[in-house]
Amino acid sequence: MECSNSSAKGVEKSHVVELISVFKSYQRGSQIIPVLEDISFRIQEGDFLALMGPSGSGKSTLLNLIAGIDHADKGTILVNGVDISSLNESGLASWRSVNVGLIFQFYNLIPVLTAFENVELPLLLTGLSARRRKEQVETVLSLLNLSDRIDHFPSQLSGGQQQRVAIARAMVTDPAILVADEPTGDLDRTSAAEILSFMGRLVKEFGKTIIMVTHDPKAAENAHRIIHLEKGVLLNPGQQKI
Amino acid sequence: MPVPVYYSFRNLSVRRLTTALTASGMAMVVFVFAATLMLAEGLQKTLVETGSPDNVVVIRKGSQSEVQSGVERLQASIVESFPEVVMGDEGRPLFAKELVVLINLPKRGTKKPANVVIRGIGRASHGLRPQVKLVAGRMPRSGSSEIIAGKSIAERFEGGGIGEHLRFAMRDWTVVGVFDAGSTGFSSEIWGDVDQLMQSFRRPVYSSVIFKMRDTAAFETIKSRLESDPRMTVEAKLETRYYLDQSEAMAKFLRILGLSLTCIFSLGAVIGAMITMYAAVANRVVEIGTLRALGFHRASILLAFILEALFLGLIGGIAGLVPAAFLQFITISTMNWQSFAELAFSFSLSPGIIVKSLLFSLVMGISGGLLPAFRAARMDIVGALRSS
Repeated sequence: MECSNSSAKGVEKSHVVELISVFKSYQRGSQIIPVLEDISFRIQEGDFLALMGPSGSGKSTLLNLIAGIDHADKGTILVNGVDISSLNESGLASWRSVNVGLIFQFYNLIPVLTAFENVELPLLLTGLSARRRKEQVETVLSLLNLSDRIDHFPSQLSGGQQQRVAIARAMVTDPAILVADEPTGDLDRTSAAEILSFMGRLVKEFGKTIIMVTHDPKAAENAHRIIHLEKGVLLNPGQQKI
Repeated sequence: MPVPVYYSFRNLSVRRLTTALTASGMAMVVFVFAATLMLAEGLQKTLVETGSPDNVVVIRKGSQSEVQSGVERLQASIVESFPEVVMGDEGRPLFAKELVVLINLPKRGTKKPANVVIRGIGRASHGLRPQVKLVAGRMPRSGSSEIIAGKSIAERFEGGGIGEHLRFAMRDWTVVGVFDAGSTGFSSEIWGDVDQLMQSFRRPVYSSVIFKMRDTAAFETIKSRLESDPRMTVEAKLETRYYLDQSEAMAKFLRILGLSLTCIFSLGAVIGAMITMYAAVANRVVEIGTLRALGFHRASILLAFILEALFLGLIGGIAGLVPAAFLQFITISTMNWQSFAELAFSFSLSPGIIVKSLLFSLVMGISGGLLPAFRAARMDIVGALRSS
């Protein structure tokens, strides 16, 4: 990964994500609160990146921008060569469905759907046949050792199992990037270690690119690189390797 | 691609109590809606089934019912000579000159008086109405003060039972038989010899003449012949049309009254559905945010919540229709404003009423669910996800 506060020119093929002078602010009443200021960096394919910083530093906002669930005020965000900052809301929704896998702190599984149906959700947006969807969901769930929990509802699963289902849902469409917001924040130590080890496997064995927001330095240790944010500004513009 | 249908349905089943309470409110409105339509349908069905499609009723021009009509003996004889009239088994035309008079009789139990139709019948009257079956006793003898009563009259009016006596037109009349005419209006009539009744009521003219046509296609010829004959001040109607016209005003009144009532009630049910759906949206903000983040479009979210509201309406509709269906076992009586006579009829549930009731419940569902569904669809993804 390379980081810089100045604009970057061009995108190398190996760069999955490139942010160029990204600004983001929120309006609270008549007050405009800057959240991210002049953020520029690149993420290479197969990177496992940890975003760290105190609460309110803008790391979740940065993650949302990369995942295409929020719009930047200014700047360019390129993911796999696609300038997602130029896409409209509908275009972004379609783009997200195949290019981004989302992992949340509280798993965000749909409680009325089984593990199978939760994992199948993103595939419903791809136009795959029911038979292909079934094959794909079963493969991913077995990879996460959840074959015996396929018909269980989220309430029948432990926290670690729920997060594994959420990871299965995130990777079932084989997206370019996986974004994880505090994926171990709601888990006990054992389950957290299990999830982090699995995320590590995804990078090592499947070449996935993961961007993870975390408060936990232990969790960040699993990443290849760490970016620190404070008050919306990158603190370590240089490279940092764990 | 829409959010799966089972997502919407299962969300309702998860919130069983709320769903049941909201659906119950809707069910009550659907019940009232269906009951009103069933009442009007029952009335119409009873009167329409009273007529036969190949029978013609001739009444005085401009009169709306047999009670108001008068057909002179000469006019009746002219119609009887028409070649289109079918000949019966005995070589006599299937043609009856009848008298219809209203009398007042007390009901059994309450002793409340109500109007009852007395029909003076001729030799062919019974043959013209094959649906009329004598279930007890015998037919009245010609020239006697004997009468037969429809089943509904025998059951509900004092003196209407077999062997009992009724006093009207300054004479005592003996009920010698009871007939059943199914769900037709004849079941609410008393029949006696037309000549005896005309004498007693001092009526010089018949109320109507009824005959069977050889061919239903001949009706227009009969009608135009009657209307162009200067001696005739009468008009011909198909018997089915005649009885349909009899039910029109009452059925219309029942429908308007029922629809007005249900429209008022439905406001409550719609507000109930709206509260339920708003609560559903409020409880599922994170879910909505997650679905949107996964790539489902706003339209898919809108559709999912509309579908949920439609399911809610459908449950309410079915729950309202089931008890309404049991109303078919109830027979009620009321005065038919067209003939001013008491008429007994049952609630009737037709496929049309089922469709209308279900559509009504779906409309209530969608009316209650539309605004909450728009709220869900308009939700900002980041804000929704943050609420976790």
